[in-house]
Amino acid sequence: MSKRTTIRNRSDSISFLVENRSMFVFLVFILLSFLLFIIGLSIGSTIIHPLTVLKELIGIGNGEHAFVIETLRLPRLLLSFFAGICLGISGLILQGIVRNPLASPDIIGITGGGAVAAVVMITYFPTIDITLLPFVAIAGAGTVSFFIYTLAWKKGVTPIRLVLIGIGVQALTGSFITMLMVLSPSYSTSEAYIWLTGSVYGANWGNVLSMLPWMIVFVPLAFLFSRKVNVQELGDDVAASLGSHVQRTRFGLIAISIALAGAAVAFAGGIGFVGLIAPHIARRLVGRSFGSLVPVSALAGGIIVMLADIVARTAFLPLDLPAGVFVSGMGAPFFIYLLYKTRNS
Amino acid sequence: MNPLFPRTSFKFIGLAIGLSIFFISFAASVVLGQTPTSISTAMDAFLRYDASSTEHIVITTTRLSRAVIASVIGGGLAMAGALMQALTRNPLASPSIFGINAGALFFVVTATVLFSVSSLLHLMWIAFLGAAVAAILVFFLGSLGRDGLSPIKIVLAGAALTAFFTSFTQGLLVIDEQSLEGVLFWIGGSVAGRTLEMLEPVLPFMAGAGIGALLLGRPINILTSGEDIAKGLGQKTILIKLLTGLVIVLLAGGAVAVGGSIGFIGLIVPHIVRGLIGMDYRWIIPYCAIFGASLLLLADVGARFVIMPEEMPIGVMTAILGAPFFIYIARRGFSRE
Repeated sequence: MSKRTTIRNRSDSISFLVENRSMFVFLVFILLSFLLFIIGLSIGSTIIHPLTVLKELIGIGNGEHAFVIETLRLPRLLLSFFAGICLGISGLILQGIVRNPLASPDIIGITGGGAVAAVVMITYFPTIDITLLPFVAIAGAGTVSFFIYTLAWKKGVTPIRLVLIGIGVQALTGSFITMLMVLSPSYSTSEAYIWLTGSVYGANWGNVLSMLPWMIVFVPLAFLFSRKVNVQELGDDVAASLGSHVQRTRFGLIAISIALAGAAVAFAGGIGFVGLIAPHIARRLVGRSFGSLVPVSALAGGIIVMLADIVARTAFLPLDLPAGVFVSGMGAPFFIYLLYKTRNS
Repeated sequence: MNPLFPRTSFKFIGLAIGLSIFFISFAASVVLGQTPTSISTAMDAFLRYDASSTEHIVITTTRLSRAVIASVIGGGLAMAGALMQALTRNPLASPSIFGINAGALFFVVTATVLFSVSSLLHLMWIAFLGAAVAAILVFFLGSLGRDGLSPIKIVLAGAALTAFFTSFTQGLLVIDEQSLEGVLFWIGGSVAGRTLEMLEPVLPFMAGAGIGALLLGRPINILTSGEDIAKGLGQKTILIKLLTGLVIVLLAGGAVAVGGSIGFIGLIVPHIVRGLIGMDYRWIIPYCAIFGASLLLLADVGARFVIMPEEMPIGVMTAILGAPFFIYIARRGFSRE
């Protein structure tokens, strides 16, 4: 048995069992994220020496690159990091509930809902302040998820039905988006398209600050609920006999998952596959205990999106490509590998 | 569930009714539209063509080819859907759910953006190829593992491939915004703006596959009673499955090559047909051809009127009709298996 550390409060209402190995993985991921941060801040159309970046960050630089670092690159990196964290946790929760390693917010329609709402706003109400886009997208994701959940309800929600209905709804939202784009003027079509592919292009501190509350509320919530996912993974009957309110817990977990996915979609567009890959990387590294899966999956998601965006904006200079393309490039082969891996389950 | 037409004589009558519905839809598709015409004008246009009449020109150039193309695509998609549902034993099987449309689209967009192919004819072949690749991938991925093709696995594989192809398509289109306009109608699916000549190259394949589908009705009846039984009865199940797969690829690939991404016809029609006549595939296939063609014709007529003066992409029309149906089947579950 590996060594474990237990973290709990006095009344035992919050309790984590953290394996030391998970702690190690977590620290490595933190380090990796930090390294990526420095790399992300230093490369781009003007390359800044990493040491200069560090100096600038702790406030002892000469301010020569302050604009590039603090106004252009830092918010963009933070936003992609945050979006990745949200998607990583959201996907992890969904896979836990559905008990299927192939579930993720973009495959079962949650992302699609946010995308429809956002495309409607971009194409038909271009005059509305763009800072409202996140709220519109989150509202869309929430509404569509509510529909999926209601439609999947038949004396309770079974995971399989949830996925199938999600796929149907995803097809519907996809065709709505197509319709909007075919019918709209070409200028807004391409703008909507870039957004759909997933991009943190033009991120500013306002975006970062408005994303922060979602993170602060829902990431800790995901931690608190993590124990319940462990129970849910055992199956409905076992979970019920262990005293878990299966349907109520499932609803709560899905709500968290939606809020996180919605926030990510809202600020970073339709970046796919992160919610799928990150949990798998985490499981591969730290095993199946949900308490340690949450932080590792979150960081894995953050690292993936950050890396994708750094590559996307530097690989084809001066072109600034949407990060979503690169995430899909990594994610799709991985997905096929997963289908192969889980062929007997 | 008892079929509506249980007896063979009823099935012939049903087929006759189906054919008349088809002819009415066909006539509606030729006559109705932004330039409304009458049946007699349409007759005149074919019998006593008058080159100075706008209506005659509209009918013979755009409307007729549109109706023919819609019929061929609708019938092909519905037959492909019925065969897929039989082969995978999955009530949710259909070309769009299994990623075939997305695969074709991805190939088309790749060809336009990266290799600057612009001839519509070449693009059609490329779409055909993409559909075949996607179909093979989905069947392969869905049948990995000990328990073979399982309904949930193949739906997930299809959804994943769709997500995969779609995201790359989007990526390519972002790189090259000019192409977006050109391929939007593939994305939305369309039976308009195509001449009958464009149907010619794929028609032999689709016709051959259609006849093949009709001939496969009997062996598929045996196959659906269970693999072991079929083998016991002396059927070469692998051969039948391969042939069915080939027919599916030709029908679905041809349809998507001509009409772009038109979803859900292949899903809905077989269910309606099974509700009418039961599980006999010797009848299901011809019924599917007729009803699929009628449904797509009607959807196309509807698409012209919903948001006049613009036209709704027909793929969107069929999705709006079909997705609720998909959800309904998903809710009902796989209990009928």
